[in-house]
Amino acid sequence: MSKTLFEKIWDKHVVDTLSDGTSQLYIDRLYCHEVTSPQAFEGLRERKLKPFRPQQITCVVDHNIPTLNQDKPIEDPISRNQVDTLMRNASEFGLTCYGLLHSKNGIVHVVGPETGLTQPGITIVCGDSHTSTHGAMGCIAFGIGTSEVEMALATQCIMQRKPKTMRISIEGKLGKGVTAKDIALYIIKQMTTGGATGYFVEYAGEAIRNTTMEQRLTICNLSIEMGARGGMIAPDEVTFAYLKDREFAPRGDEWNRKIAEWRLLYSDSDAKFDKEVLFHAEDIEPMVTFGTNPGMGMGINNKIPSLDTIDESSKSSFQKALAYMGFQDGESLIGKPIDYVFLGSCTNGRIEDFRAFSSIVKGRKKNPRVIAWLVPGSWQVERQIHAEGLDKILTEAGFELRQPGCSACLAMNDDKIPAGKYAVSTSNRNFEGRQGPGARTILAGPLVAAAAAVTGVITDPRDLL
Amino acid sequence: MKEKFNILTSTCVPLPLENVDTDQIIPARFLKATSREGFGDNLFRDWRFNKEGQPNPDFVLNQKKFHGQILVAGKNFGSGSSREHAAWALAGYGFRVVVSSFFADIFKNNSMNNGLVPVVVSPNFLAEIFSSVFSNPETTITVDLPNQTITDNMTSHTEKFEINAYKKGNLVNGLDDIDYLLANEDKIVAFERNRK
Repeated sequence: MSKTLFEKIWDKHVVDTLSDGTSQLYIDRLYCHEVTSPQAFEGLRERKLKPFRPQQITCVVDHNIPTLNQDKPIEDPISRNQVDTLMRNASEFGLTCYGLLHSKNGIVHVVGPETGLTQPGITIVCGDSHTSTHGAMGCIAFGIGTSEVEMALATQCIMQRKPKTMRISIEGKLGKGVTAKDIALYIIKQMTTGGATGYFVEYAGEAIRNTTMEQRLTICNLSIEMGARGGMIAPDEVTFAYLKDREFAPRGDEWNRKIAEWRLLYSDSDAKFDKEVLFHAEDIEPMVTFGTNPGMGMGINNKIPSLDTIDESSKSSFQKALAYMGFQDGESLIGKPIDYVFLGSCTNGRIEDFRAFSSIVKGRKKNPRVIAWLVPGSWQVERQIHAEGLDKILTEAGFELRQPGCSACLAMNDDKIPAGKYAVSTSNRNFEGRQGPGARTILAGPLVAAAAAVTGVITDPRDLL
Repeated sequence: MKEKFNILTSTCVPLPLENVDTDQIIPARFLKATSREGFGDNLFRDWRFNKEGQPNPDFVLNQKKFHGQILVAGKNFGSGSSREHAAWALAGYGFRVVVSSFFADIFKNNSMNNGLVPVVVSPNFLAEIFSSVFSNPETTITVDLPNQTITDNMTSHTEKFEINAYKKGNLVNGLDDIDYLLANEDKIVAFERNRK
C-alpha cells in the first residue's frame, strides 16, 4: 500500500487506535521550555508520578530570559521564578536541562537540530507552536498545550486525531536575494492563516530539494502560521550531511544502520495526499508583511491591496489591521521609515541568517536612527558567528550582538518594541501587540532586515547586493 | 475528575472579529505564572483595557448588555501560539463554550482538555447567531453536547456540530486523557519492546 512520508512515520508510532479513530501516539522526544511546563510538572506531582522516560526529555530556558547580562540574576521576580521553576523541576526529576549560559543553551527549536537530538523518522512534541521547525529533518514534530505536555511527561504518549495530508510543491529556481523566509511568507499569503488547518504539510519540489538544512528549518518553522498541524521535508543527503558528527547523532555502525533506515523515508511515488498545491519559485520575491497576521504579506515592491479588492466579510478585520499599523490601503511600503530591526528567533536566528545579514551590512553603517537587536539563536550559533569573523563585520557596521533567547519575537522579557514604533523583524508573528503593546511588526527575512537597518527605511535588498 | 458538560443554555458575548489569535486572548507578558489560576483577569487584556488601565468602552466584554457563558467569535478563532493559557483565560473568565465557524487546531485541542467546548457551526448559522444576539442581547443559545446540537433560541434553528468522539466522551463524563493513558501503560511498554 503506498504511503506518504507522514503516514509512514505516524503509523510506526501508533500504540493503539480507539474506535473513533483517535490514535495513541508514541513520542520519541519531548522538548520542554520554562513557559509551558510548570503546570505540567505540578500536575505530575499532584498525581505522585515521575516522568516515564526521562532520557527522552530535553529542557531549555529560552522564552522568558534576558538577552543581556545573563550572568546576573533575572531582574523581574516573576520571570526569575519561572526560569528557576524549570531548573528545579529538571533537577528534581533528573532531566537534562540547558540553563542560562549553558554552552548548549538557546532557543529550543535551534538547539534540537544543531545538537543532533532532532533526527529523521521520529516523533517530537513541545509546548510551543513552532515545534513544526524540526520537521525539516524528516520527522513528525508539532506543538501541544501544557496538558498534553503533562501527558507526554507521564506516559511518553498523547492522544491525537490523525491529520489530513497536504503536499506543497515548489518547482523552479529561486531568484537572487530571495530567502527561505520569503518562500514561507509567500506560501502563507497564498494559503491564508487558516488555509492548512487540519493538515500536516510535506514540502517538496525542485526549489525545496535545492535548499540548505537551515533554509528548510525556516520554512517548516512557519507551517503553523497557515494553520498546519506541522510541516516536514523528506530527509536526503543534505539532511545526512547536516546531522553527521553532531553531538547526539548516531555514530559508527549505528550511523550506517540509521542511514539505511532513513533512506526509506520518502513519500511513495503513487502516494495520495488529501490536497496538493503547486507554487513556482520564480514568482517569489523578497516579502514584507503589512498587516497583523503573517498571511497579510506582499512582495516588497507591491502595494497594499486596496479595500475594494477585499471580501466583504474580511473588510472590517483588514481595516482594523491597517489602522493598527498606520498604513493606507493601496500604498507602497518602499521608503517607509522604520525604528527597530530584530534579527533572531527560531525562524531566522541561525548562522546562515547572520551570514546573510552580514553580507548586506559589510562595508556599510547602521542607520543612526535605527535600534538593532541581533540575537543569536543559541550559544553554538554565537560561537560560530565569532569563528567566522562575522562579529567583526557587524561591529564595524555599528551593530552589537546580544545573548541567545526568544527575545523580541514575543517580548516576554525586556526586549519590547515601544508602542507605535515600526520593527522589521525576522521573527514569525506580527499580531497586534506581539512585540510589545502597540508595537508595529513588519515580518521579513534577514536580507530585508539588513537593508532596512542600513538605510533606515523599507528597502529592496537586491538594490544593495 | 473534571466537571462534566451536558447541556448548557446561556446568553452570549458576541465577538464578530476574524482570526482572533491567542496573543490577543492572553498577551505573552501574562504567561509568566506557574499555576493555572488567575488568567481570567487578563483575558483579552489589551482590547479590554487601554494604555492607562481604564476599561475600553468599545470592547464587548465591557458592555453590560452582553454577558453569558458562551462566546461567539468570527472564523479562525484561536490561531497562533499553542499557549493553553488562552483556554485557561477563557474558562477562568467564565466561558464554557466558544462558537465559531472555524477554530485553529491547537487551540481547539487545548479547549477540549479544559472543559471549554468548541462548537463549529456553518458560516451562515454563525451570521444568524450574531444577528440574533445583536438584535436582542438576551437571546440564549442551547448547546447539547451528548446530542451534538446547537440551537439559536430566538430563531429556533438548530444545527448539528462535529466534535471528536473521544474528546466528547471525556467532556461529558468529566474524564482526563492522562487517566486513560496511565491505565494503558502496559500497551506502551509492549510497543517499546516490539519496535526494537
